[in-house]
Amino acid sequence: MHDDTEHDDTEQQEEPVAAEEVDRAGDDGLGAAADDAAPTSDGDVTMRVWRGDPGGGEFVEYQLPNQEGEVVLDVIHRLQASDAPDLACRWNCKAGKCGSCSAEINGRPRLMCMTRMDELPAGPVTVAPMRTFPIIRDLVTDVSFNFEVAKTVPAFSPMPEPADGYRMQQIDIERGQEFRKCIECFLCQDVCHVIRDHEENKAHYAGPRFFIRFAELEMHPLDTNDRRELVRKRAGLGFCNITKCCTEVCPEHIKITDNAIIPMKERVVDASYDPLGWLGRTIMRRSKRSPEEAVAIARSGGSAPHEASDEPSDEPSGEAASAEA
Amino acid sequence: MSEHESHQYDVIVIGAGGAGLRAAIEAKNRGLRTALICKSLFGKAHTVMAEGGVAAAMGNVYPEDNWKVHFRDTMRGGKLLNNWRMAQLHAQEAPDRVHELEAWGALFDRTKDGRITQRDFGGHRYARLAHVGDRTGLELIRTLQQKAVSMDIDVFMECKILRLLADSQGRISGAVGYWRPTGEFVTFTAKAFVLATGGIGKSWKYTSNSWESTGDGHAMAIWAGADVIEMESVQFHPTGMVWPLSVRGLLVTEGVRGDGGILRNSEGTRFMFNYVAPMFRAETAETEEEADRWYDDHANNRRTPDLLPRDEVARAINAEVKAGRGSPHGGVFLDIASRRSAEYIRRRLPSMYTQFKELAGVDITTTPMEIGPTCHYMMGGVRVDADTEAATVPGLFAAGEVAGGMHGANRLGGNSLSDLLVFGRRAGIGAADYAEGREGEPTVDGAEVEAILTEALAPLENESGESPYDLHRDLQETMQSLVGIIRTGSELEEALERLGTLRERSEHLAAPGGRAYNPAWNLATDLPAMLTVSTAVAQGALARKESRGGHTREDFPNADPELGKVNFVQRQTDPRGPGAPIIVSPEPLPEMPAELRELLEEGQ
Repeated sequence: MHDDTEHDDTEQQEEPVAAEEVDRAGDDGLGAAADDAAPTSDGDVTMRVWRGDPGGGEFVEYQLPNQEGEVVLDVIHRLQASDAPDLACRWNCKAGKCGSCSAEINGRPRLMCMTRMDELPAGPVTVAPMRTFPIIRDLVTDVSFNFEVAKTVPAFSPMPEPADGYRMQQIDIERGQEFRKCIECFLCQDVCHVIRDHEENKAHYAGPRFFIRFAELEMHPLDTNDRRELVRKRAGLGFCNITKCCTEVCPEHIKITDNAIIPMKERVVDASYDPLGWLGRTIMRRSKRSPEEAVAIARSGGSAPHEASDEPSDEPSGEAASAEA
Repeated sequence: MSEHESHQYDVIVIGAGGAGLRAAIEAKNRGLRTALICKSLFGKAHTVMAEGGVAAAMGNVYPEDNWKVHFRDTMRGGKLLNNWRMAQLHAQEAPDRVHELEAWGALFDRTKDGRITQRDFGGHRYARLAHVGDRTGLELIRTLQQKAVSMDIDVFMECKILRLLADSQGRISGAVGYWRPTGEFVTFTAKAFVLATGGIGKSWKYTSNSWESTGDGHAMAIWAGADVIEMESVQFHPTGMVWPLSVRGLLVTEGVRGDGGILRNSEGTRFMFNYVAPMFRAETAETEEEADRWYDDHANNRRTPDLLPRDEVARAINAEVKAGRGSPHGGVFLDIASRRSAEYIRRRLPSMYTQFKELAGVDITTTPMEIGPTCHYMMGGVRVDADTEAATVPGLFAAGEVAGGMHGANRLGGNSLSDLLVFGRRAGIGAADYAEGREGEPTVDGAEVEAILTEALAPLENESGESPYDLHRDLQETMQSLVGIIRTGSELEEALERLGTLRERSEHLAAPGGRAYNPAWNLATDLPAMLTVSTAVAQGALARKESRGGHTREDFPNADPELGKVNFVQRQTDPRGPGAPIIVSPEPLPEMPAELRELLEEGQ
């Protein structure tokens, strides 16, 4: 996740937005403010931390003595105990296991507790809150979107338990275990193009964290619920255009795109729901229909019947879909 | 100020870790209006930090395992100070609680024949810990969280509860707190409250615990007049990271030793062979060869002393470091690199691999880890009825780390997650039964609420005063240096004196900034609980003039059979609340039935 390509990709997301948003986004320490910074001795670190609330805010610069082996969260804690007692940030385990301390460090979505200061380039370290979620204060954002989406996931529904208990082979659960490593840091949600800077998409898009949740349930050897319809219709899987940013920021190294999103697309998407085709159709019809309507229309006649007429199909039904489109 | 939000329920559970979630699921299952309150975001509770596994005598790996052996191991590990009935219920019910998680979607690691596999851990005679690599706690909390969400249980996140409130008849009826994001106050009333607030470790400098572990539930129970027991029994986990300093105390799972890792001193000696207490000699290997054979053949060999109970191992490490045989950064070496393949280590211990690689720059597949004891777990807590988890004041229940008795003087690894499940469920049932039987709607005294809120706001309104961070740092220094792994009477007395001074200082705190998500103010409101709980720990430690389990007295190095028959009970009578005196009194342990006592002697 440290390769240049990915970094550039993240940078590209910093499109022109409202002035207030630019302040929050961070500029990798390359902006004018950094140039103004007083030169630091070898023994100091300079932190540029976004301070503010829903009404707005700005980067505030702090200097502290450098201490060996520290992570960014340590420095934030030292700031709280000295210059900035009311600096707000979330944290719990400080070991990369709980996913509380997500932030954008030098413009990259990361966990503060797992980012060592000595691995960052020399110069000021910029710490900003996650941009995809509304600000509460300083580095703390309102991530309730994710908890609301979680409520819409149909529950695990196992087959009846045999007399001698459930049996599953290790090989059959390893993919599910990979997805269940998720610590719900929401960095994948933060970096996702569909909802980053597109608040309006949150109403009909669950995001990568929930695509792995759906995939995990879908691939669970004991589960009997069929969520493909939901994933396609309400969770907006089709909006994902597989740029893999989510995979690249995942601190648990879950292969979100390759192991969850693409297989899920294969399961739920037939030719009528090809995302590029959908995009084309939506653009052409933008003046007439909302994305939801477009989805509904693409769906209604596009799928071959599967058990019930409203069910999606695993089998492509290209001709029918093309006809509808 | 009197105008603030309020909510009413039948059952309210404070704390959304494993115990709280399990309790809420049970109460909701009964059709009661149920809510969960937590200080952090939902799903971030300290349960996620549990690594090695959940202990349950399922017998999937060793068919000869059963609840009786688990009961025996738990009691012996707790140096027989456990509440025998809790240890019995725990051993009997843990397998069902684990199977139930599987039916709720958990994916435990498997045996070759497709069942839940189990790993070895300290003090357990058989491989008994159901696990998911070294992230079992995450699997447990996520499974319960997703179950709770599917049941539509109301969850109030990032809400700090300051105090419990009783009605005119002394029944716990309310809780008052504030929303961390806004700082606005909120009152909850309910017919029954379950405390599931976890531990107290944040009062020590080197701890595996997160910021949340400030003993809120322990303190609120004391302030409400409930009994707490065994407050001197704090577990120092033998293997915490020691370097770099910023991660000192961070947990290194016992699973490293369960999976073949061994402890060595700076001379390369496997020193644990020199620290086998008489109680464990009969079942512990005497040679390295026998210990190494044991991993694959438990039937014909005795267990490695590296897997003695945690109190034994922590004291041994402490002694080696004191004797000058420590590692460069003041710990000892934990070596799995020379004993297992890199592939095996990465598969079995993925988060340990990442933790050392990313935080210490150490590759544990090639290099031994440096580890040392870290404050980890509170055995002591709210005195509860074993079957219902009812505290000694009506309307109050407690489960998990905040409850006392189950683990005696020392908890075995893996018995915490099973404790959460077994007693979380029972607390949910106990609270539901009580709520259903309680007449009328619960009420609280508005004037009492006002007084609590005024007190809570003081640090924000004080123009000048001490920083809560400074006070917290001094508290941690005090507890670390004077109420740590090895204690003496004179130091405990000094600790109590210092705690008195800290208590006075805590009345003059100033937290700059506003009410919205202000960590300085949040810490200021956590400190009263930390000070009360720290005082109770020091008082209990002073009273127990012997060494037993996690409690070691340099001036009383041996166990005293007479003290082995009592709990030290602490309570406030009148006045009650932060700063009020807490009375300590020895009370006899519940009498164990003869048929259970016999189990303790078996296999010696």
